[in-house]
Amino acid sequence: MALADYEGMIHRCFRCGYCKFTSDYSYVGFNCPMYNKVRLESYSPGGLMWLIHAALVKEKLKPSKHLSEILYSCTLCRNCSEECRFQFHEDIVHVLKAAREAMVEKQLVPPMVSQFLKNVYDYGNPYRELKENRGHWAENTGIRQYEKGDEFLYYVGCVGSYDTVSQKAARALGRVLLKSGLSFGILGSREICDGNEVDMLGEKGLFEFLKEENTRTFKELGVKKIVTLSPHSYHALKNSYSDEFEVFHYTQLFRDLIKSGALDVSGGFRTKVTYHDPCFLGRYNHEYDAPREILTAIPGIELIEMERAKENAFCCGGGGGNFYTDILGGGESTPSRIRVMEARETGAKILAVSCPVCMMMLEDALKAEGLENELAIKDIAEIMDAVCGDSGA
Amino acid sequence: MDVYGSLVEIVGEEFVSDQEEELYIYSRDSGAQEPRKADYVVAPKKVEEVQKIVLLANREKIPITPMGGGLTLSGLAVPIKGGIVLDMKRMDRIIEINEKSRYAVLEAGVTQGALHSHLNKHYPHLEHSMPDAPPMATIVGNVVIQGHGHLSVSRGINSQMVNGMEVVLPTGEVCKLGSCSVSPHWFTRDPLPDLMGLFIGWLGTTGIITKISLQLLPKPKFRDLLTFTSNELDLLPDFIFDITQLNLLDNLFIISQEWPPWAQGILYVPIVSAQDEEEFALKIKLHKELLRKYEGKITLVEGKHAERMREARLPVPPVTLGVMAADTKQGGGFEYTGGIVPIEKVPEASSRSVEIAHKYGQPYLLGYQLLTGGHSMMCGLAYCLNRADDEDVEKVRKAIDETNRMILDVGGVLWKAEAPAQRLMMQRMDPNTIELMKRVLRALDPNAIMNPGNWSE
Repeated sequence: MALADYEGMIHRCFRCGYCKFTSDYSYVGFNCPMYNKVRLESYSPGGLMWLIHAALVKEKLKPSKHLSEILYSCTLCRNCSEECRFQFHEDIVHVLKAAREAMVEKQLVPPMVSQFLKNVYDYGNPYRELKENRGHWAENTGIRQYEKGDEFLYYVGCVGSYDTVSQKAARALGRVLLKSGLSFGILGSREICDGNEVDMLGEKGLFEFLKEENTRTFKELGVKKIVTLSPHSYHALKNSYSDEFEVFHYTQLFRDLIKSGALDVSGGFRTKVTYHDPCFLGRYNHEYDAPREILTAIPGIELIEMERAKENAFCCGGGGGNFYTDILGGGESTPSRIRVMEARETGAKILAVSCPVCMMMLEDALKAEGLENELAIKDIAEIMDAVCGDSGA
Repeated sequence: MDVYGSLVEIVGEEFVSDQEEELYIYSRDSGAQEPRKADYVVAPKKVEEVQKIVLLANREKIPITPMGGGLTLSGLAVPIKGGIVLDMKRMDRIIEINEKSRYAVLEAGVTQGALHSHLNKHYPHLEHSMPDAPPMATIVGNVVIQGHGHLSVSRGINSQMVNGMEVVLPTGEVCKLGSCSVSPHWFTRDPLPDLMGLFIGWLGTTGIITKISLQLLPKPKFRDLLTFTSNELDLLPDFIFDITQLNLLDNLFIISQEWPPWAQGILYVPIVSAQDEEEFALKIKLHKELLRKYEGKITLVEGKHAERMREARLPVPPVTLGVMAADTKQGGGFEYTGGIVPIEKVPEASSRSVEIAHKYGQPYLLGYQLLTGGHSMMCGLAYCLNRADDEDVEKVRKAIDETNRMILDVGGVLWKAEAPAQRLMMQRMDPNTIELMKRVLRALDPNAIMNPGNWSE
């Protein structure tokens, strides 16, 4: 919905600040990545709501580049909607997104946002990578193109397709699916961006275009079921695309395949693991259990929760397009750096993720903190790939 | 170098702004007071930075308004005469918890939520007196405005639980008060001259508190509340006297609101606690037995309404009815007159509050809290307002002014009073008291840079 649809609600925010915390105050600091880093009230959910009302509803402030920078510092992690005490709490993230749409219309977005959107429009991905190369990650893996009649389309997404760190997870997921015996395939060069970040950055027209293109491809190929590597893709495909496609995040599928015996985890994986909930799987889609059920089903894994977990998980800082625009990045209080330090405090040797964006962000943070020898970032798909191999780990 | 450049040099570019967006946010709060524009927003991290900012402000004759959570609702952290708003929340270190002497040494930006979380995690047998405000309120902010907490009946208001302070004086010196001025330990306020009074209740006009030592208290194993209801307002002083004669309360709320209908009478919500089950049962029993004297006139509420009250009022931090009620007008604005009155004046203040609310077309929303052993009552008449409707804001501002005058008429004083309400009090204040206040301000702040316009005629 457009900002005008929320006009009667935007000014209802009191800036009381509940939105900055975790739900049970179990954590001493703030759980809003943007406020935690910048520490000015303008960079808080309430501050944003007041600025949006002043600049984009009442015209008391002139929409500016600085306003745009503030709006795009938000990772849209949804902690505010989760923690707000008022009836309108669900609408907070909708308003933030609608405000970005208004800024796109006014052509007042930060340069990195423009670049992201232009790249997706021109190339079907934000990295300016050639469409023909989109499936290169799958070479020599045995993962084949989707064919009519396959049960699942494995939708990889832009990050898993092009980012070299995340490609490891993409390959691992494909290998595990192969081991499970499911019939599936990828789109390769026919896959284009799912549009989740385009939507979050406020380019509604482009998002509609991507939806139409992807939907046309899915229908042409007779796709009924989709499994995604990325929770971002999962969120867009499940909640914004046609409901004729049944969409799964891969952790949901793995959990079911373990239960049915199609995936054998008896090889085990002896180590201490902590798990980071991605916002688009957790707070947006309330899937907290599937990843944990996988990890706890694997003999030898000791799952240790971080202080902030599930609905209280601290965003890696990559949401809302920030993994690319990096508006919130830089310095010790970068969300991903804080998060790897929290993971380290658990004593775990592996920080497990289930999102290529989180993986990319946390891997960079690990290097920035110099923790490579103490902690490893692994996607659950990679852990499962090792467990379901011939000898376990 | 200009002021902005100097501020950047002190705290770094990231934590200074003179841009319209920050100035807009720091120039208003959720209450009904007029917005007043700040010129700079600065978020220091260290006391040395605060000191340098104060010296700069003296040099340039720029006002400074210190800000904690910014949740007074009466514009006390909104600058009256422009200048620098000093957002203290980056100074957020919990420096020390002394378990045996039960105190916490905190930087000025530590929030209620942060201390609560820290104690829960590391010292689950200790607690601090937590106000009804959202957890974003700071400990120092609450102390400066003489705020109360969930232990205000048994232990006093939060400014009475301060053992020591570090203050940056308006002329830039850093000064320690309390035992920490003579010892490394922040354990007591006595038996020294009580200089902390120079910074409590002065609303940031006398200096900037950068550290504080707050008393911690044993956390009880059992805590519960009772809900009593009555339609006879005149019984209130006698009942408050009787209930405080038991001397067993942690806290006592009194609530009366037009909506929902079951809350229209007077709801008494005593909260009691104990370390032992038998002691706890006895305390509950004694409070219930009080009702015999008031048979049929003050009665126990049970069932879903009692449970609703328990859900709303028992958790610390509270899921307050005030927070929920604030949205009844769906307008994002809320302010209440915090009149502190003698117990015997509560019925008159209440009935006149209802009249004023109705005169301004508002449903009445009264939230009272007994203070410090039962010597006085904070009578809050709350107004919801629609920030998007200038006429509504103006109407509420007038209603608040009228309520303030009424509170003074019945012999009360105004808590966390907005600038116009401060002036109302000063009109009735002993002239020698005003002169003394002026002398103190002149002595401490010769350039009148600290939150000017407050405590000013």
